[in-house]
This record gives sequence, C-alpha cells and structure tokens, in this order.
Amino acid sequence: MSNTLTAAQEGIQAGTWALDPVHSHVGFSVDYMAGSFQATFAPFDATLEVDSSGAVGLAGTARADGIKVQDENLAAHLLSPEFFDAEQTPELTFASRSFQIEGKDVAVEGDLTIKGISQPVRLSGTIGGPVVDPYGRERINVTLQGTVDRGGFGLDWNVPLPSGEPALANEVALSAELALIKG
Amino acid sequence: MRILAISGSLREESFNSRLLDSAAALAPAGVEIERWHGLRAVPPFDEDLEVHEAPAPVAELRRLIADADAVLFSTPEYNGSVPGQLKNALDWASRPHRTNPLRNKPVAVVGASTGGFGALSAQADLRRILARIGARVIERGVAVGHAPSQCDEDGGLANESLRDELVAVLDALSGAVRARELIAA
Repeated sequence: MSNTLTAAQEGIQAGTWALDPVHSHVGFSVDYMAGSFQATFAPFDATLEVDSSGAVGLAGTARADGIKVQDENLAAHLLSPEFFDAEQTPELTFASRSFQIEGKDVAVEGDLTIKGISQPVRLSGTIGGPVVDPYGRERINVTLQGTVDRGGFGLDWNVPLPSGEPALANEVALSAELALIKG
Repeated sequence: MRILAISGSLREESFNSRLLDSAAALAPAGVEIERWHGLRAVPPFDEDLEVHEAPAPVAELRRLIADADAVLFSTPEYNGSVPGQLKNALDWASRPHRTNPLRNKPVAVVGASTGGFGALSAQADLRRILARIGARVIERGVAVGHAPSQCDEDGGLANESLRDELVAVLDALSGAVRARELIAA
C-alpha cells in the first residue's frame, strides 16, 4: 500500500502502548440456530508496540477459562475437550505480522492460536486518537473485526437441527475494542 | 497408572465384561485395570434425590472415577444405542457438570455384540455422551462382532487382531494420561 501512513505520521508515538482493560473487550459471535451467540474473554491482555520507524506490532493473550457466558454449565462445556480444551491448551494468543494504518482505518494480519493451533487471520478496523486523558496520559483506541473458520482450530462440535442443517455455524466473527495507554 | 473399567452389561456372562477382563490381562506394564461391579446398584437418576447425600453406589462410582487415571468402557448395544443402566450411571456421575469427576478424564470405549457390528452405534453414542460430559475421549475403539466366535471357552478375547486393537486402545488411553501428567507437572 503505497499511500499507507506510518504510525508516526498519524501522530502515534513510538513506544509501548498498554491495555486499559476496564475500557476494552475481546470476543466473538457465531450464528447459532435462528440467531447468534456471543461471548467475551476477561481478563485479557494486549500490547501495541510502535518502533522508531513507525512500524506497529500488536500482541494479545486471553485464557480459555476466562470465557464469559450466561450459564455455568455452558461455560463448562466450552472449556471441555470438545471445545477449547482449557486443561491442555489454556491460552489463546494473537501476534500480528503486519499492522497497516491508513487514515483512521487499520488492516492487520497475524497469527491466531486457539487450542494449540495457529492460523493466519486478517482483521480490519479503526484507530482513534491519540488523545490526552484527564490524567495526562496519551491514549489511542483500536477496534478490530475479522472472521475465522472454527474448524481450523479443531473446534468442530455441532448438532443437527431437525432440518438436517447444523445448529452452529463454522464461521466465527471476532471483535476487539482495545483502549491503549502510552507507557 | 490405574484404569477403571466399566461394563455396560449386567449379565453375569457378558461378553462386554469379559472384554474388559481381557483388557486387564493385556494391560501393559505399569497399567492396572480394575473393573467396577456396582452398576446394578445405581438407582434411577432423580434430581429430587440430589438435595440429599448421593446414594452410596453413586458416591462409590464418583470416587472410583476420581481416583482413576482413566476409564475404559465396554458397551453392549440395544436398539442401536447404549443400555439404559449405563446412561443412568453416567447421568449420576456427570453431576454437577462443572466439577464432575469425568471432566478432562481420558476415557475410551470398546464394545461387543453377538451381531456383526460389535456395538458400533452404541460406542459412537457413548463417545458423544462422554464428550458432552467433558471427558477426554479417545477416538480409537474396538468392535467385537459375533462375539461368541471371537472368544475362547472362558470368554476371553481370542482373535489376535482384535487383541492387538484392544492393546492399541490401552496404549492410546495411557498416552492421554501421560499427556495430562505432563501438563500438571
């Protein structure tokens, strides 16, 4: 992308930007029967590194047993070997390979690791700021969305509807809202 | 390594119970397989009973599962699925769901039948049930069809290739136990 601006040109300073967990979330949505099912992971962590050339790297981690759903038995099912297998693979990670900024738009490519399996993912979103908060800290905000095929991570549980269609879709929409504070 | 063996059959001369005895005889060094004999005593599952202390046979089953490193099931097949008494015992064992002793427990399923399919449908159903309970289900199984012709006069598994398959199941099961131990270490 020849007209892609560096972080520095967007006014984002080099250094480490740490997650403000209170104002951030990461989660997913997947079509289930007639609607969709959402969940988030908390706590989680993310760090944005901007080097002196303006190149940006984003890394994040969450724990499978941090999944937040409405029912404890559903949570137990999601943590079982049939889904995330939290005992054997407790950690979910993301590491960017490229992070492009163009105006307020961002395009990120990286590797998402779930259940011990790494798959390339493409995410897109926006970047807001920088602004200075009431405590004098510089802040940016990154939103990201993307989709993955859960089967690629070995998450292939399903149950057929009476129609014969599967109840749970394979395509999962990922979303993240990252409030980041300059260290 | 201790493997608890659960037969889904109550019949004294059950081929499935004999299959578990054959597994015990074939167990590799360091693996001890102990068969549970309490299935008949497990009462029908009833949520109303859950407000009280678990019935003694249920408490025993939960304790034996918790104390075992893995569980090996052998199921007969009735009307294409697992016998009711086995599902009933699993319904007891699986509660409360979040902390049930089968969670993350390596489990394997084998089966025998007098028909040709070796309880394949029941085995598949049992694996699905165990996965839903949260167990770590080994996909490999053994289907002993035409069971009377595969066994010796004492009921032991005589067919060499089926014996090899049974050993492979035990190897997979003990491998899953060791993988868990590595994570815990």
